[in-house]
Amino acid sequence: MSPHVPGQITYDLPECELMSSGHLACPGCGASLAMRIALKVFGPRTVLCIPACCWAVIDGPFPYSAAGVPVVHCAFETAAITATGVRHGLDVQGVQDVNVVAWAGDGGTMDIGFGALSAAAERNENILYVCYDNEAYMNTGVQRSSSTPIGAWTTTTPREHPKEEPKKNLVEILAAHRIPYAATATVAFPDDLRRKLEKAKATKGMRLIHIFSPCPPGHKSLESDSIKISRLAVETKVFPLYEVENGTRYTINHASKGVPVQEYVRLQGRFKHLKEQDLQLMQQRVDREWTFLMRKIELFS
Amino acid sequence: MQKVLTGNQAVAWGVMRARAQVVSAYPITPQTSIIEELADLVSEGKLDASFIKVESEHSALAGCIGASLTGARSFTATSAQGLALMHELIHWAAGARLPIVLADVNRAMAPGWTIWTDQNDTLSQRDTGWLQFYCESNQEVLDTALQAFKIAETIKLPVMLVLDAFYLSHTAEAIDIPEAPEVDAFLPPYRADIKVDVDNPRAFGGMTGVDVYMEFRYMQQEAMNDALRVSAEVDREFAQHFGRSYGLIEPYRCEDAEAVIVTSGTVTSTARDVIDEWRDRGEAVGLLKIRTFRPFPIALVRDALRGIPKVGVIDRNICPGFGGIFAQEIKASMYDMEERFRPAIYGFIAGLGGRDITPKTITEILEKTLHPEKTERHLNWIELKA
Repeated sequence: MSPHVPGQITYDLPECELMSSGHLACPGCGASLAMRIALKVFGPRTVLCIPACCWAVIDGPFPYSAAGVPVVHCAFETAAITATGVRHGLDVQGVQDVNVVAWAGDGGTMDIGFGALSAAAERNENILYVCYDNEAYMNTGVQRSSSTPIGAWTTTTPREHPKEEPKKNLVEILAAHRIPYAATATVAFPDDLRRKLEKAKATKGMRLIHIFSPCPPGHKSLESDSIKISRLAVETKVFPLYEVENGTRYTINHASKGVPVQEYVRLQGRFKHLKEQDLQLMQQRVDREWTFLMRKIELFS
Repeated sequence: MQKVLTGNQAVAWGVMRARAQVVSAYPITPQTSIIEELADLVSEGKLDASFIKVESEHSALAGCIGASLTGARSFTATSAQGLALMHELIHWAAGARLPIVLADVNRAMAPGWTIWTDQNDTLSQRDTGWLQFYCESNQEVLDTALQAFKIAETIKLPVMLVLDAFYLSHTAEAIDIPEAPEVDAFLPPYRADIKVDVDNPRAFGGMTGVDVYMEFRYMQQEAMNDALRVSAEVDREFAQHFGRSYGLIEPYRCEDAEAVIVTSGTVTSTARDVIDEWRDRGEAVGLLKIRTFRPFPIALVRDALRGIPKVGVIDRNICPGFGGIFAQEIKASMYDMEERFRPAIYGFIAGLGGRDITPKTITEILEKTLHPEKTERHLNWIELKA
């Protein structure tokens, strides 16, 4: 580890670098950084199953691929089952030391691919599912998904009628399937992300990592603010860092400082239309969810 | 080994003898007893396969696609609504050139809800790039299952094995089950040339630009052309091993026929009896069975029907807004034939939604074909209630 300089983040990541330059991510893309870190941890004996999502484009057009490991592009709603098929195919041929990873966006995970994901979780398939969550259909140009937060603008929830419903809670739903491991993470906490990826890689059965991923074009934020926004998502308690083992053992991984939600919101144009009263409601909702999570941690840690 | 098996059991035993490695499937009447039998064969250790018990047909085929990409021999089965739900991945499997075998038990499409047979479910998948074989008997079902894997793996295209609901799926007959070593000699393990391999990483199915997409479809069509030759060769090879063969089509008593009826599936067996009776009475009638629907054996059909004055096509399906689908294919195949050899072709819709096609039904069709004064050229509904 390099010496700590005040004001800088220091972290330890494996030297291994599988992802190459030349990929097609937008500047400031949280999902591309998440993949880079994930591949460092997963190593070369990894297969990625990627449905329709930003990463279907980021990896590069035929015959190019930036991932450095086999990439199975698959139909939108099939990330979990395609990874399952790959896993079973390798297993029956005696190949068991390969990490089979489904890598999908929030729409592919929480909307169209939700049935297949729930089924894979119920069967406790031996796959690692990563949802990089940019909170809308960004690849098609910012349409609302069930992961879009309440109050956010998207092209299908215009400013006059921003999204009225809260974001679907992926980790809680997967935890309710009692899968061996489910966790949240962001690229602004690389040590935490690395540790969770390592833990997920070493665990058998169904594993889920839910990575909050800033999207400058979709969130209407500065490319240079992506890490800051990720950090604020955690510190405002909007996106707490925690993990759930076997659906019942809760651990909080970072004591969020409780920075006002407004600090997070003001960096993103998708929330620009919100009024003071809306922000108060948002703060109340965040506080209530946090209390609820803390109760679970007290009871089930 | 002789055994009394239903058509659905015949599928399962064929899949077992083919040593499928991954089965990914979801229940639907009348397919269900295929996967029940497979579940037993796997749990008893008679089939060394991984059975993924998925939550939908869409996932059933997606699971096969994932497994097949790793080089595992993969199988699924479905019917009607299930096949329709798979449609997106039916295209995907063919476009990805994966040798998956799917057994579809022909069931009519809802609404209204029905579980009985007709061919609209599989014929709706005509343009997806799968081979389709329509079977007449349980023996043919088992034999075609074995042939299907060999054909699929040779040309790298998926194969649909089609059998009629209930007439085959739930009707038992004595069939010969080839011994495992003999099948192994006919069908060696699948060796994929290109597969998911961490030592040789590739991306499969990524973004494809206007510069190459069309060439991929061209190669698919070339493989389909090749499928005609390969299917015939595999059928011949099967005959050498097991003494049975089916051909891509089968002309039956067509010599000097004045009229020939065209059939597929179990209707063929009924029609054989009717043709035998008529021939015994001295009537010049014959039968053409279409076993291979995709690729459509255009040249063989042209040869079989060349110079026959009258042809009646029985379609247990309907393409609303056009007519019978087999009739449509046959007409298209014959269109540019010299006029003096080109038959008059009459289309007959019969037996939709599982209504029985009896000897009486076929007799009416034969009469309407042989004496077409009051027969519509394009579309005739048989035994339609007023």
